[in-house]
Amino acid sequence: MSDSISKETVVKVSRLARLSLTPEQAEKMTSQLAGMLDHFRDIDALDLSDVEPMTQPYPLKNVMREDVEVKSLDRQEVLDQAPAAESGRFRVPPTIGFDV
Amino acid sequence: MQKLVEIVAGVTSGSTTATAVVDEHLARIKAREGEIHAFNLVTADQARKDAAKIDEDVKAGKAVGALAGVPIALKDNMCTRGVETTCSSKILQGWKPPYDATVVTKLRNAGAVIVGKTNLDEFAMGSSTENSAFGPTKNPLDISRVPGGSSGGSAAAVSAGFAAASLGSDTGGSIRQPAALCGVVGVKPTYGTVSRYGLVAFASSLDQIGPFTSDVRDAATLLEVISGHDPMDSTSIPQPAASLVSVLDHGVKGMRIGRVTDLPEGCEPDVLARLEAAFDAMRNAGATIVDVKLPSLQYCLTAYYLIAPAEASSNLARYDGVRYGNRVDAADLNAMYAATRESGFGEEVKRRIMLGTYALSAGYFDAYYGKALKVRRLISDDFARAYKDVDAILTPTSPSTAFKFGSKTDNPLAMYLCDVFTIPTNLAGHPAMSVPFGVGTDSMPVGIQVLATTMGEQTMFKVAAELERAS
Repeated sequence: MSDSISKETVVKVSRLARLSLTPEQAEKMTSQLAGMLDHFRDIDALDLSDVEPMTQPYPLKNVMREDVEVKSLDRQEVLDQAPAAESGRFRVPPTIGFDV
Repeated sequence: MQKLVEIVAGVTSGSTTATAVVDEHLARIKAREGEIHAFNLVTADQARKDAAKIDEDVKAGKAVGALAGVPIALKDNMCTRGVETTCSSKILQGWKPPYDATVVTKLRNAGAVIVGKTNLDEFAMGSSTENSAFGPTKNPLDISRVPGGSSGGSAAAVSAGFAAASLGSDTGGSIRQPAALCGVVGVKPTYGTVSRYGLVAFASSLDQIGPFTSDVRDAATLLEVISGHDPMDSTSIPQPAASLVSVLDHGVKGMRIGRVTDLPEGCEPDVLARLEAAFDAMRNAGATIVDVKLPSLQYCLTAYYLIAPAEASSNLARYDGVRYGNRVDAADLNAMYAATRESGFGEEVKRRIMLGTYALSAGYFDAYYGKALKVRRLISDDFARAYKDVDAILTPTSPSTAFKFGSKTDNPLAMYLCDVFTIPTNLAGHPAMSVPFGVGTDSMPVGIQVLATTMGEQTMFKVAAELERAS
């Protein structure tokens, strides 16, 4: 595994996660994540080359239902809970034009 | 504390009424909720209406369900149509889901009376409820101590007699650890046994709903009601619910009970002493104690704290201020996302989103997430080998009894270590439950954890019932 995480990486990851961290928060986050990643080094010694990754506990595959019409959520009830809605749609700020 | 099965018997026979039962519980809530803070919301008016309806049905001679008149509390990460569901997060404060979780529908159909939504660590991330955006829940047995978490409100509600039973969710121990710390029974069923439809997702390959009750029989009764295949959950096991109440008196004679010889370190001596007493009880009841080795267990924290945050970072991407929850306005979409999430999520949730995003990001994926999935396989294989030699395994549920507020909040890793005995079963997808078994040197309850293999609920309940008889 890599060396301890840098503050630059933390800032980059926070952008990927759409979290805006203040410089103080980024500082604290860097030291806490570094502490955890150090602890996680315990698995570095394991030889895992022949081990199959396990993504789910119970082997179910391609779970499908019959292709029939079923009742869905009530549109108005859903939109009533949105921060902003207009004419049967979610309303959002401009999607293009500013940098993050 | 009034037992669930006694309430059902009383209400259906007419010797008491659902209204009287609900009123008793609401009175206890009124008297003590101020100091305990088990609930984010108490739905007293609706509970009284639901109870009155049950009483009408009983009077009219209509069939009532297996939970008729039982006051039940729900962890506030289970969707209730038209009733606020917050996950104890500011980002969802005020959100009223447009649908009911499958467990909620099942409870209602069985005649249960929902009395409220219980407090939790924000988005179920924590082991003490100290991460709730709305303030912590206190342990009803000693209010200077935590109730455990993340389902701390649900455990406290049963322990304080606010509800005869409650539901929680368990991703790495969030039902079993608070059950142990509050002196009640808590069950994490086999992954896929109880539908996750309408459970707000934390880590989808680990999350499972289960009951809190004051004894093992109540837990079996409630679990039978909420189990079973649900087409709305694609990870739901396509098999009917197992019969559990019927096996409670079978005993453990001839059973092989596993003792883990390489248990992770850090457990308090008074808790280990109770574990030894539990093995003695099993031996006295005719079981054989067999040593088993689970060498990969020492890596469970690493695997879990990479896999769970990775899944969480993906699941929690949906809180973007667009479709539900709260929004902080900004000039463009990306700025709105960031401002909303910055203001809406608490510190621990942000930490886990960061950790998960990092573990999944280009360049680090193989080193962290990919490796963690392989370690998960090793742990699962260890259990598979052990269950060739034993029918069930006993461990402590938590390394210590309930700790004081603030004692672990400065060190995330110290808090994560609370789950060292409960995490392995989530990784493997197995069932496990905590049963109160005596007290520690501080007179606080100790929970013993009973583990069994996939779909091994009947065996697990036989052992749990025997432990309870011996406690």
